[in-house]
Amino acid sequence: MLINILITFLLITNIGAVASSRLTYCIKIVAAQGVVIGILPCLIYGEFALLPIVIAIFTITVKGVIFPLLLGWSLKTAQVAREVEPLVSYPFSIITAVLIFILSFWLGSRLSLPASFCGYLLVPVAFSTIMTGLFLIVSRVKALTQVLGYLIMENGIYAFGVALLREQPLLVELGVLLDMFVAVFVMGIAIFHISREFDHIDTHVLDNLSDRIPADIRPTEET
Amino acid sequence: MIFLLVLIPFISGIMAFFLRNNPACRGLIVATAAAHSGLTAAICFMNVKTSSNWLFLDELGALFLCITSILFLAAAVYSIAFFREGPHSEDDKKQTAPVSFNTKEAAFSGCLLLFLGSMTLVIISRHFGLLWVAMEATTLASAPLIYFHRNKRSLEATWKYLLICSVGIALALLGNLFLGVAVSLSGKGNIGLIISQLDLSGSETSIPWLKAAFLFIFVGYGTKMGLAPFHTWLPDAHSEAPSLVSALLSGALLNCAFLGILRAHQVCVASGIASFSRDIFLLFGLLSMAAAAIFIFGQHDYKRLLAYSSIEHMGIMALGIGLGQTAAFGALFHVFNHSMVKGFLFFTAGNILSVYHTKEVKNVKGLIRIAPVSGILWMLGILAITGTPPFGVFFSEFIIFRSAVEQGRNITAVIYLILLAAVFIGMFLVVPEMVQGKYPEDIKRPGKKENMFRILPCLVLCGFALWLGFCVPDWLQNILQQALIILENLK
Repeated sequence: MLINILITFLLITNIGAVASSRLTYCIKIVAAQGVVIGILPCLIYGEFALLPIVIAIFTITVKGVIFPLLLGWSLKTAQVAREVEPLVSYPFSIITAVLIFILSFWLGSRLSLPASFCGYLLVPVAFSTIMTGLFLIVSRVKALTQVLGYLIMENGIYAFGVALLREQPLLVELGVLLDMFVAVFVMGIAIFHISREFDHIDTHVLDNLSDRIPADIRPTEET
Repeated sequence: MIFLLVLIPFISGIMAFFLRNNPACRGLIVATAAAHSGLTAAICFMNVKTSSNWLFLDELGALFLCITSILFLAAAVYSIAFFREGPHSEDDKKQTAPVSFNTKEAAFSGCLLLFLGSMTLVIISRHFGLLWVAMEATTLASAPLIYFHRNKRSLEATWKYLLICSVGIALALLGNLFLGVAVSLSGKGNIGLIISQLDLSGSETSIPWLKAAFLFIFVGYGTKMGLAPFHTWLPDAHSEAPSLVSALLSGALLNCAFLGILRAHQVCVASGIASFSRDIFLLFGLLSMAAAAIFIFGQHDYKRLLAYSSIEHMGIMALGIGLGQTAAFGALFHVFNHSMVKGFLFFTAGNILSVYHTKEVKNVKGLIRIAPVSGILWMLGILAITGTPPFGVFFSEFIIFRSAVEQGRNITAVIYLILLAAVFIGMFLVVPEMVQGKYPEDIKRPGKKENMFRILPCLVLCGFALWLGFCVPDWLQNILQQALIILENLK
């Protein structure tokens, strides 16, 4: 029961991330997702054991505390305008999120899954989280929002992986988390540099490199 | 013993971050490269068989390990010249490099060594999860290397590389999880995701999951390998990175991603759905070759030209694996040939850049008069990479072609030939102009002799590529054949 409540919460946060127009709010949503996803392994594992607790503590620290702090820091130092600036309108984004949600439930109902998955909404919600993350990456202008989309996508993959906990060794989980930690760290630094070079973190200024524009008229310095 | 292969680069990489002495950094890179290749040679020749659940080295891995090690050694020698000539030796005229060099050299050396360590870990990991972790680590270690010049263009390239490859690799993680589902559905107990032990044949319910897993891993690692249409980061990263990094990206990193896909292919072959995975390889192989052939025409940047050529060659390798049998042998041989040739081509491109300070093809003229050795190397390299005999690349491409004809896949063979010819024409529309022609007045000649450290690695790799066209040494032949047996499950 508790598991299903948590999973539903995950679903609501997806819609919230798509619908919100403020970056700080988006970061908080991703942090909340990180905490929910951190608790999941303990509940799914059923019994009291060291392995899921270690993973849970680690996940909550990294995804729920460190990532939001890092992203908040880069938001502050880069002095970004606090709006999300979507490429598609908010109503359309919400409709897309709902469509993604329906699609993933249809997909989830057609899959044959091992016994450990059954009875949970986990798989469809995980799929919808992954696709929502992908949608955020392609539909938002700011580099920071793209990182948030990447994190939401990773959360979805992690939620799917949680159900496989018994088969996956601890080392792999830790490695995945470590990689993500470094990835977000490096991305945060990159955002800092982007804001310093271009005065803002909109990715549409990153279009100097392409094959179409001939060399003579290619703009070399853009502000 | 295998453990040391990863440990040495990692430890020296971390050490490099704390070195404040530039010659020491250079020495550390060369020493680590020498130790790595010495160890590789020892392991390959003495046939050391140590394997655990996490690390192992089969012949397929040995092939890629040899390539990475040779190329890194060459890059290490080249880096001496690169560092010695200072930060602005490879600057484009249009750009400025604002940040001081001293702090950068330590960080650059550190990242370079960590990059070597993570690539080695990809090659020798035995668990799909560990393979994934190592693959993501290669992205993170190499991103700062691409951002070396610290200007807007390199920043753009780095951001694209970081984001596109991270998303791609996240999809590969999902693929690994699907593989986990397939394993737990197969009812074969807890066998884990151990490479070379997975065999899911005869399990009806797990085959669809295995197919999905292969697709996701293919798309994920295919992004990193530069297969079209997931290749968009590749030309930018290759053209903006310092040339020795481009050489490593093209000659070693893309191969590592290829190896990741081959590991998944191995599971498919063992589980009896080889025809499915081969079709995917075939489709994306041809697609990549076609994309490269289109974009090579009218290319104005010679480093991008080489980058698209890399996409083409990744396509050829995928095509070879997709055809199977002898063509797969050709593909594995092609991996070796391509890395050697592309490695020295990028080094030579760095030499050209250090003389002309521009990446525009039309501003580079009369290379053979200004820098004769680089001019000859550039011409030879372009001849080799477009598959002109007697270089090894010709023979591996020919093996793939012959195998396609033998299998009666004439249409594939014809498309393959047309695309190869298109790339050849596209390359030779611009290259002779660069080598011959009248050189611009304002170019400073680099003195009577070109820097030895810039020339030596190119000459050695070029000689090796030529030698492979005449005879394949026994040890390589042996490794290739064993690798084919592993890949095609011919026991």
